[in-house]
Amino acid sequence: MSGKKDTGIRKAILESGIEVKPVYGPEDVEASGGFEGIGKPGEYPFTRGIHALMYRKRPFTMRQYSGFGTARETNERFRYLIENGQTGLNVAFDLPTQIGLDSDDEMAAGEVGRVGMAVDSLLDMEEAFEGIDLEKITVSLTINGSAIVLMAMYFAMAKKRGYDLSTLRGTAQNDILKEFVGRGTWVFPVEPSIKLIGDTIEFCAEHLPKYSPVSVCGYHIRESGALPHEEMAYGILIARAYMDHVIARGLKVDEFASRLSFNFDIHGNFLEQIAKFRAGRRMWAKTVKEDYGAENPKSMVLRMIAGGGGGGLTIEQPELNVVRTAYYALMSALSGTQTMALCSYDEAYTIPTEKAARVTLRTMQIVIEETGICDTVDPLGGRRAVETLTNEMEKKTREAMAEVDQWGGIVKAISEGHLQAHVSRRAFEHEKAIRDGTVPKVGVNRYRMEEDEPQVELHPYDPGETDRACARLTKLREERSDGDVEQTLAGVRAAAAAGENVMPQVMAAVTAYATVGEIMGALRSEYGEFKEPVRF
Amino acid sequence: MTKVLIGKLGLDGHDVGAKIICRALMERGFEVIYTGLRKSAAQIAEIAMQEDVDAVGVSLLSGSHLPLLEKLAEELRSRGLEDKAWLAGGVIPREDRDAVRDLGFSGVFPTGADFDEIADFIRENAR
Repeated sequence: MSGKKDTGIRKAILESGIEVKPVYGPEDVEASGGFEGIGKPGEYPFTRGIHALMYRKRPFTMRQYSGFGTARETNERFRYLIENGQTGLNVAFDLPTQIGLDSDDEMAAGEVGRVGMAVDSLLDMEEAFEGIDLEKITVSLTINGSAIVLMAMYFAMAKKRGYDLSTLRGTAQNDILKEFVGRGTWVFPVEPSIKLIGDTIEFCAEHLPKYSPVSVCGYHIRESGALPHEEMAYGILIARAYMDHVIARGLKVDEFASRLSFNFDIHGNFLEQIAKFRAGRRMWAKTVKEDYGAENPKSMVLRMIAGGGGGGLTIEQPELNVVRTAYYALMSALSGTQTMALCSYDEAYTIPTEKAARVTLRTMQIVIEETGICDTVDPLGGRRAVETLTNEMEKKTREAMAEVDQWGGIVKAISEGHLQAHVSRRAFEHEKAIRDGTVPKVGVNRYRMEEDEPQVELHPYDPGETDRACARLTKLREERSDGDVEQTLAGVRAAAAAGENVMPQVMAAVTAYATVGEIMGALRSEYGEFKEPVRF
Repeated sequence: MTKVLIGKLGLDGHDVGAKIICRALMERGFEVIYTGLRKSAAQIAEIAMQEDVDAVGVSLLSGSHLPLLEKLAEELRSRGLEDKAWLAGGVIPREDRDAVRDLGFSGVFPTGADFDEIADFIRENAR
């Protein structure tokens, strides 16, 4: 910018490094790539949204993350949320379930039912969804390391209740690559982990064509420190890794790509997030069409859940989080999300209380019913600032993708810990910037109050949880047919050893009431365990 | 150089905070060993002994801190490591902090704790 005189105003630089101008004219849009990439809502490249009428036809689904304790308690919270107008469920599992341990495993002690619902067998899955109409309420399972088992349990439960699997809808998170970077519920080494994702995609393409077997999460990588354009870049690269794997197994892109979905984070600069989503939709459409040769437009749409925002919420003055999440809801709606979930104001401390969960749900309902945001599709589309930033975000995202290529591609970068080191360095820089006030945070480094640590009502945890879950397991082990269990587990091991799709065998095992720990144990004996590369 | 072990105790996979503390301590001149995720109490105590560290800090965000820290205290004591500086961080609600200190973790540093205070605590208590 040499030669230009100093305007005397402060510089505004986004996290992605884009410099924001005070005023945007048509020349800025042109210089950044023009209006050509915008198109119409519901049409390629889907910058303005994946449906022609968007929320005018149907508002975004509200799907709060919930689950704790036993299946019975979780079922009660599910029903409470549905009675209060929630339109989808997002199931939280406890840590032993997430990494494939039974409640009576030694490593599970103290963790049963703590951060989500404890599931050991099909029995728990049946109880969790009792009385819930799986056609009216779509269910998202937040499960990754042990996803193949929990998905099989969900399908087996639906089948037993008489649902036709060929029309069953729903989503599994089932994105293992991001677990190696953030969230950390990996089990097997990277390669067999990807192979299992391939098994679920292949199985669903054949038997559950309406089900979304994978929700690729930029979200947790962003929460672990990645910048917004990196979040989008890594998400797209991870999705590509799954696509490459499945295509190498013989599936055609149009046979499964329409069932891939995404999960992204919302906190941060208002226009930057909106630009991120619009650019991401366009990039995904181009990727699937141009790089993978898809012909069906449905394969090209980036369907997403956008929300959460935990990284933007604060422990200090927690009531301010209610205000923050209201902005996040607006940003998410203006970004054209299909589904929204938001963190609750008390979530930095505890599992959200019933009241906190309700306030968050009402926040989304206000956006839908009071603000008028659902009346017009992509109301920010065509604004010069928004389109310029969208074009610039696309460039930044491509740069972040090129950087991963230099590390040898996303799978190698994750296997060797390069991506983890990069993201954790970002987190450290961000934390320092908050502490020295470079990044403003109201209540933390601005307008801080000397307060007693805020009194937030904690979600009660009953230590008897473990005993009850263990008693239930003991009873189950007595009542089920040992012969069936042993036979089906042998089937799982054999399929894994032969490199076949293990999903049909896992379905047989869950139906025989084999437990999560037993089935995951069978897979572990073939695949081994991931060794975490520690790198700084 | 003061040697610090930072560990992730239990099944919780949230390691952003633990890694931030590792970096902050490295910047302040400590030698830091990070265990990686999902370590049992026995594993952490064993590494602490093998590596002959001066301080042991663990991070927990799952709400399971009390039962897990109790186990870790036992494992550390059984290896004669009670004279080292013991720290616990992450999501540790106010009402649990005395109980955590009573277990022997005299350095309680919940999310957002000042890096320099953590460093000072280690310098003063490391053996």
